[in-house]
Amino acid sequence: MDLDAVAEWSRYVVVVAVLVYLAAWLAFCAEGGLRSRIRRSGEAAATDRSAELVGVGGSSTTAPVSGPGGVDAPDTDAELGPRADRLGRDGRVLFGLATLVLAVGVVMRGVGTGRTPWANMYEFSITGALVASIVFLVLARTVVGKVVAVWAVLLIFVTVGLAATFLYVPPGPLQPALQSYWLVIHVGCAVLAFGLFTVSAVVSALQIASERAADRGRTTGFGASLPDSAALDRLAYRLTAIAFPIWTFGPLILGAIWAEVSWGRYWGWDPKEVWALITWLAYAAYLHARATAGWKGSKASVVALVGYATVLFSYFGVNILFNGLHSYGGL
Amino acid sequence: MTTRMDTRPPVDDRPPPLHGLELARWAWRQLTSMRVALILLFLLAVAAIPGSVIPQSDVNPLNVRDFRARNPTLSEWYDRLGLFDVYSAPWFAAIYLALLVSLVGCILPRCWQHWKAVRAQPPKAPRRLSRLPAYRRIEVDAAPAEVLAVARAELRSRRFRLRRPGADGDDDAVAAEIGHLRETGNLLFHLSVVVVLLAVALGGLFSYRATVLVPEGSGFSNQVIQFDSLSAGALFDPADDLPPFSMDVESFTMEFVDAGNQIGQPSHYEATVSLVREPGAEPETHTIRVNEPLDIDGTSVHIINPGYAPAFTVRAADRETILAEGPVPFLPDDSSFTSTGVVKVEVPPELGDDIGIQANFLPTAYLDENGPRSVFPGARNPEVYLTAWHGDLGLDDGRPQSVYRLDTDDMEQYSADGEPFRSRLAVGDTVELPDGRFITFDGYVTWVNLQIGRNSGRELALVGAVLAVVGLMGSLYVRRRRAWVRASVGPEGRTVVEVAGLHRTEGAAGDRLADEIGAITDGLLLRLGGAKEKRED
Ligand code: HEM
Repeated sequence: MDLDAVAEWSRYVVVVAVLVYLAAWLAFCAEGGLRSRIRRSGEAAATDRSAELVGVGGSSTTAPVSGPGGVDAPDTDAELGPRADRLGRDGRVLFGLATLVLAVGVVMRGVGTGRTPWANMYEFSITGALVASIVFLVLARTVVGKVVAVWAVLLIFVTVGLAATFLYVPPGPLQPALQSYWLVIHVGCAVLAFGLFTVSAVVSALQIASERAADRGRTTGFGASLPDSAALDRLAYRLTAIAFPIWTFGPLILGAIWAEVSWGRYWGWDPKEVWALITWLAYAAYLHARATAGWKGSKASVVALVGYATVLFSYFGVNILFNGLHSYGGL
Repeated sequence: MTTRMDTRPPVDDRPPPLHGLELARWAWRQLTSMRVALILLFLLAVAAIPGSVIPQSDVNPLNVRDFRARNPTLSEWYDRLGLFDVYSAPWFAAIYLALLVSLVGCILPRCWQHWKAVRAQPPKAPRRLSRLPAYRRIEVDAAPAEVLAVARAELRSRRFRLRRPGADGDDDAVAAEIGHLRETGNLLFHLSVVVVLLAVALGGLFSYRATVLVPEGSGFSNQVIQFDSLSAGALFDPADDLPPFSMDVESFTMEFVDAGNQIGQPSHYEATVSLVREPGAEPETHTIRVNEPLDIDGTSVHIINPGYAPAFTVRAADRETILAEGPVPFLPDDSSFTSTGVVKVEVPPELGDDIGIQANFLPTAYLDENGPRSVFPGARNPEVYLTAWHGDLGLDDGRPQSVYRLDTDDMEQYSADGEPFRSRLAVGDTVELPDGRFITFDGYVTWVNLQIGRNSGRELALVGAVLAVVGLMGSLYVRRRRAWVRASVGPEGRTVVEVAGLHRTEGAAGDRLADEIGAITDGLLLRLGGAKEKRED
């Protein structure tokens, strides 16, 4: 089969993946909805029961309070619980399936163009999303990760959806400056770190929500349904701790080596270089924040989110807005 | 979650009463505090932003010129604030120097503390091991002394450092510690960052970068006067620092994508050069490609950008006397290499006045209602559109002139039939000028802009950067922790063995420590079981 056709077809495969991600997200949402209904009715039941106790213990003339919620709740739970479990399972299966389909799309793109699929923004986005998706899948086996997965799927859905529409670049050969094995490693590390930072940013955002809910003593609602904020904090840190050295090594060090080989200077304050450095400084600040008294928890998470904003800007902002040496990333 | 202990004592925020020395000490403590390091890191990140938005004169001087022309008043302010040279502006330097001082001021005392910590004995076992976050308790038949010996072996095999037996008389327990590599890695990382910064700063003083435009078939020698541009550090010495090579570009080929949706994109540039390392040496042939520069004793030669140099022959009215001939580099205006340039022909007075040709070279010419232009960067249908002037080129009056622009102050444009003279030439065509002289378009060669440069200190910067990553991984992935094993005779006469652990690293998951303590306990049991069997034999 014609290689170009393989590369062209990969786009349709990616679109299929987008749809499966959407299905996975809907399944997770439905599960979340059911679970909060169960929680609500459980709480209602609990209040009802305590009301009954008060009623019984108080005055015998007061009829025991038992509304439909109180009496029916156990039945509904018995029915809702397994349904939620089933939906959650379906969601995870769909998530896995979507990741698989996306992987096929990415591989087809790579095979079709005869190179590693991260030479322009479209390819970078789908490959980065694939990395994030795999990391999320691995995490989804833990309790914390399950909660994170819902948001992960949404984010991946949006990223890949944008990639397949607005950022799409038809397959083609590379400019001379990009024909280098440095591209493979340098950009490969960037994609990997990008995926990991993405996961970490989702976790940091949830950490903030969870800590806020706990501070306000909430027991219901979104924040309260999240895992313990300390667990989220640790998870975000662990992910960043993996991504940060990769970012140091790939975009910064290998980038400098490649720039030396390709342009004859290892550091030239090109906008892309500047933003890779800014990202690095921001995450260094995050790692420091976690070790500084008074900066732990959600304050550090905010720093991490600022770091992630710079990651996004390093990629999308710089490619779209600036006209530096790196602008062959191409839209 | 264990609470984190800051490595430094808490910083007192209030300035002390104004005693010189105390104030200085207070300021120093502030500067080397984690919080200030955090703020400085952030500040540096923010300070780097304007340089990516506003054109920078050492990155792209042409953009700066355009920007100045478009925003004169704003540019004045930018100049005052150094915003066209952010990365060498005093305020930028102030931030990173503060960070550097803070870094060194923070690291050196920590190195000293770490040195002491590494040599110190692991602390002795707390009285109530059961209060520690990871704890296991078992009972065995072996005697306490034997259990402790086995515990030492087990912990040593797990690379723990052990407290000297009998130190301070706590001989019912073994104390061990592991993970000093975390702090070692952290210090290595921070020191390496300093090394990288110094390598970049000092290297910059000795580095240089020059460009020279060479048409196919010509050459240059590595001397300042031959360069089209040169930027060099303060300590660069042109007499000593330029290797004495010379180089001819024998051929320079460009290939372009000729079909599909990326048609016209460059796909391959390659220069074949003949290099003479020093005067009198044998010429060597090398190829230079885009990602494959040529290295000459630490100086590298890169391809930057290419172009075309159309070749002309200008003859006097007798058709024989050649006034000028050869290729002239033209500068590309667009990605299809529609190129413009001028040919300056200085003519001896007896053969008439000077001729100035102003021309467009179109590698793949195409003419429509918008006028002539090139539609493909490869030379498939090369044509030249030209007009010409005559008079005095002004080359002798000592004023510097651009080779790409014609100074027409003392010249007059040729005209024919009352219209300015124009001509369109294909390769080999000749046109007669209104005054009877002739211009022939002979063909074209390519030219390549080469960059010759040396980045001093790049090896040191690389070593620093690699060490920084190694240190960083130690700092992020090693967990520092302590373990204790206590063996005592229990109420029923059996030996009670308590194994406990404590994390000294924040954010490390407690379950991993519990797993490790469990594994140590299992290892103990295994070893004791083995020992018992041996004894029974
Ligand atoms: C160029 C400036 C700096 C950079 C890029 C930088 C980067 C980093 C990074 C990436 C870490 C994470 C490693 C880890 O968490 O173990 C770290 C940790 C640390 N840094 Fe820096 N740092 C800088 C300056 C400073 C300064 C000025 C200080 C002193 C006030 C400092 C003190 C520390 C300490 C104490 C840690 C250990 C935190 C921990 O144990 O988690 N750093 N630094």
